Amino acid sequence: MTDTAATEAGLEAEFEARIAADERIEPRDWMPEGYRRTLVRQMSQHAHSEIIGMQPEAEWIGCAPSLRRKAILLAKVQDEAGHGLYVYSAIETLGVDRAELTERLLAGEQRYSALFDHPVRTYADVGTIAWLGDGAAICLQVPACRASYGPYARAMFRICKEESFHHRQGYELLTAMMRGTAEQRAMVQESLERWWWPTMMMFGPPNARSTHTERSMRWRIKRVTNDEMRQQFVDMAAPQAEALGVRPPDPALRWNPEREHYDYTDPDWADFERLISGDGPLRAQRIAHRERVHREGAWVREAALAYARRNEGAEVGA
Amino acid sequence: MSDSWPLWEVFIRGKRGLNHVHVGSLHSPDAEMALRNARDVYTRRNEGTSIWVVPSAQITASSPEEKDSFFTSSADKVYRHPTFYVVAEEIPHI
Repeated sequence: MTDTAATEAGLEAEFEARIAADERIEPRDWMPEGYRRTLVRQMSQHAHSEIIGMQPEAEWIGCAPSLRRKAILLAKVQDEAGHGLYVYSAIETLGVDRAELTERLLAGEQRYSALFDHPVRTYADVGTIAWLGDGAAICLQVPACRASYGPYARAMFRICKEESFHHRQGYELLTAMMRGTAEQRAMVQESLERWWWPTMMMFGPPNARSTHTERSMRWRIKRVTNDEMRQQFVDMAAPQAEALGVRPPDPALRWNPEREHYDYTDPDWADFERLISGDGPLRAQRIAHRERVHREGAWVREAALAYARRNEGAEVGA
Repeated sequence: MSDSWPLWEVFIRGKRGLNHVHVGSLHSPDAEMALRNARDVYTRRNEGTSIWVVPSAQITASSPEEKDSFFTSSADKVYRHPTFYVVAEEIPHI
């Protein structure tokens, strides 16, 4: 064994021991390249989802039915920007430049949740996305607060604290609609039927087909499997739907007293593969919008930098 | 790289009487905008009463690899801790 290889083996043993002891890995610690790569992949997908996820909701700010709903939606969209920034900030501790992440998103090299490639058709969708989409996000994110990488876990903790508002305001919005006219109730039911399956897909492929699960679980980047999180979501959403007076589009959905869980049907995995490969109805539009906004904001970034440099120069001169 | 905004580390005092605590980072062209951005990103729900922003490049950190040698001088000085001293149980207030 060469000296370098021996050192590497020692460092790896130390890393594995730290993971086994359930200690956190911090930015300047040695880590295997695969660990770092997995983190960058998972965290960038999360950060991009927060940023792209602003689009479907922001479209409706101008159409909010009241000033109250408008203020709520504005606050929610601003939170999504904040969540994206928390996670981008955590990725940067791994030595990745923020500008590179934006470029890789626009080039289609990094993914974001396919949920946001579906169109928002009515204001009921604004409620459904928050109730189901943010509800699913909570199931995904709560275990990530215990992820082995310190900066990621801390960002997730911050996000989880804010996510509950998103979830509740969505459910409250739908409750208000269900107390309205027959037409409004029908809108909620129709909205649930469109968003149920895309939400069920948010947990990723079934365990047996998940290529990343085993290693991510071993490294404690991931704490709960996709299928466990999906079940947890269904157990949470099914009684909420019942209380609301709507029915998810899954004929198999029913309480199983033996398992003490709801039985449910998996989403169509062929459809899932197609959607995550970038074939979602609005994929091109979402990326084009992100690209345009980034390009149109370039002069602002440049002007602010020029201003800062001029002031620096002035101070040095004085 | 020279055309992108530099990175700043953000520290927030949650309330009076507490230390500023590191909460994350952000990009900003200058200190003033870093403070404003930090307010918008990290204190949307009254999380802070005071913010510090520091250019990330200005931070000097100890290295995790040298943690053993760097911190040993304190580890072997058990006499710095009160439990090192044996005092009879009946002695009050000590």
